[in-house]
Amino acid sequence: MVDTKVCLSGLTLDNPIIPASGTFGYGYEFADLYDINILGSLSFKGTTKNPRFGNLTPRIAETPCGMLNSVGLQNPGIEKVISEELPKLAACFHKPVVANISGFSAEEYAYCCKLIDQQPQVGIIEVNISCPNVHNGGMSFGTTPESAAAITKTVKSVTTKPVYMKLSPNVADIASIAKACEESGADGISLINTLMGMRIDIKRKKPILANITGGLSGNAIFPIALRMVWQVYEAVSIPIIGMGGVSSAEDVIEMMLAGATAVQVGAANLIHPFICKDIIENLPSVMQKLGISNLKQIIGGAHQ
Amino acid sequence: MTQGIYKILSNRCVAKNTFEMVLEGDTSSLRLPGQFINILLDGCFLRRPISVCDYDSFHITIIYKVVGKGTALLSKLNEGTSLDILCGLGNGFDTAKSGFSPLLIGGGAGIPPMYALAKQLLIEKKKPIAILGFNTADEIFYREKFEALGMHVLLCTADGSIGIKGFVTDAIRNTSYLDYSFYYACGPEAMLKAIYHTCSTDGQMSFEERMGCGFGACMGCSCKTKYGNKRICKDGPVLNKEEILW
Repeated sequence: MVDTKVCLSGLTLDNPIIPASGTFGYGYEFADLYDINILGSLSFKGTTKNPRFGNLTPRIAETPCGMLNSVGLQNPGIEKVISEELPKLAACFHKPVVANISGFSAEEYAYCCKLIDQQPQVGIIEVNISCPNVHNGGMSFGTTPESAAAITKTVKSVTTKPVYMKLSPNVADIASIAKACEESGADGISLINTLMGMRIDIKRKKPILANITGGLSGNAIFPIALRMVWQVYEAVSIPIIGMGGVSSAEDVIEMMLAGATAVQVGAANLIHPFICKDIIENLPSVMQKLGISNLKQIIGGAHQ
Repeated sequence: MTQGIYKILSNRCVAKNTFEMVLEGDTSSLRLPGQFINILLDGCFLRRPISVCDYDSFHITIIYKVVGKGTALLSKLNEGTSLDILCGLGNGFDTAKSGFSPLLIGGGAGIPPMYALAKQLLIEKKKPIAILGFNTADEIFYREKFEALGMHVLLCTADGSIGIKGFVTDAIRNTSYLDYSFYYACGPEAMLKAIYHTCSTDGQMSFEERMGCGFGACMGCSCKTKYGNKRICKDGPVLNKEEILW
């Protein structure tokens, strides 16, 4: 028997597999397909203070081995998420969830995190700092150590739950941003969010996405995500949730060897709705084949 | 929704750039005409959503136009090839709303779902009328199949090469004897909009949008309606006329 359990800030997960925010809704679409209680946890759709429709469509484009999305954080707003979505999620998922929170100002982050702090089903708050700061010319909070630190402090001051800062990969030095978050009290780091990209329809001679640019995800970004997890692992001592192009049990092992304690699966859920189940079922045999008896022991293993 | 492996029984060209594919596999998740399937293709990251033209307990027929990389790959697949497909997606048309003689309006690649719908309405002892719109005569497909169902079919082409010259809305306006209780429409958005403003009865329209997943997870294909945001793939692709914001 192999041990797939991992530990995130005092929370023990049966396995490291967590569907990534924005690719799993609030869980119930997938609960119709399989018992989602086999998951380690679940990061629900990014939530903001106010309801958002998001960007205009088209907001999906295909890329080699991946996809672009410019959904733009469509969600019903924190109040409705708490009153309508979380009870529905609780009905089909009985483990602590990861609450993914976004904001366009420090005040919005604080507002959402204060409310989410009171939700017993939330085990971890994952703070997406890839959004543009409306008070700073639209510059993303995640692009400088100072602004990432400021949001970390803001969120930490309104909650006692573990706070994981979800970093944008669209930066020059990811390690310095992770370090700034750790020094400001972050309990962990989630990375990576999508990479900014675009496609042009050569027949129409116009960008495919109405928003022009979108976030790249899928297998194409796995090596970049892995490299950034590696760099952040060298820079901080808090746990890392690694994500970006993960689509197999082997990818999970690779992410963990680079330094991830848990692993999120994103775009793959959209193409293969049973992918998380498949990975969880395959993980023990892949571990056995590789001579791994306890998954916890391989975290950061490639650094030694 | 179900995920399964389907075998291609046939894949043939039925009109200019237009192919009919018959698949064999589990169809238990198909409940209504107007639903779609999402096909995984070697060489494409995203699945390709295609509306169901016809189905029975073991077979699905789709008709697709080659418009890009995915449909080009699809058109080159041979009989006997296996495909990974998500089946039974979307809400489909509601035949309870039809009244006795509904209009079935299809434009080009929007025509296929009208075929299964026509069959269902005929089973329900209703008297549907089909209006099929094409750009040119060489794009015409399934005319005989619709006629063989024993229903009235109006054909129109934008260039006037066959049938009524003009768009489906010209056919509706210029056919004096048309007396219909409801309409179902599928086709380009400009066509749907023209129908919305031309037809005074209630109706249902099937929409298209670039999708990520096809089953409601990614919110890629959302649209605004009178009753809030809807996902074309999950809450649609069929929307009621009264909820459409135009």
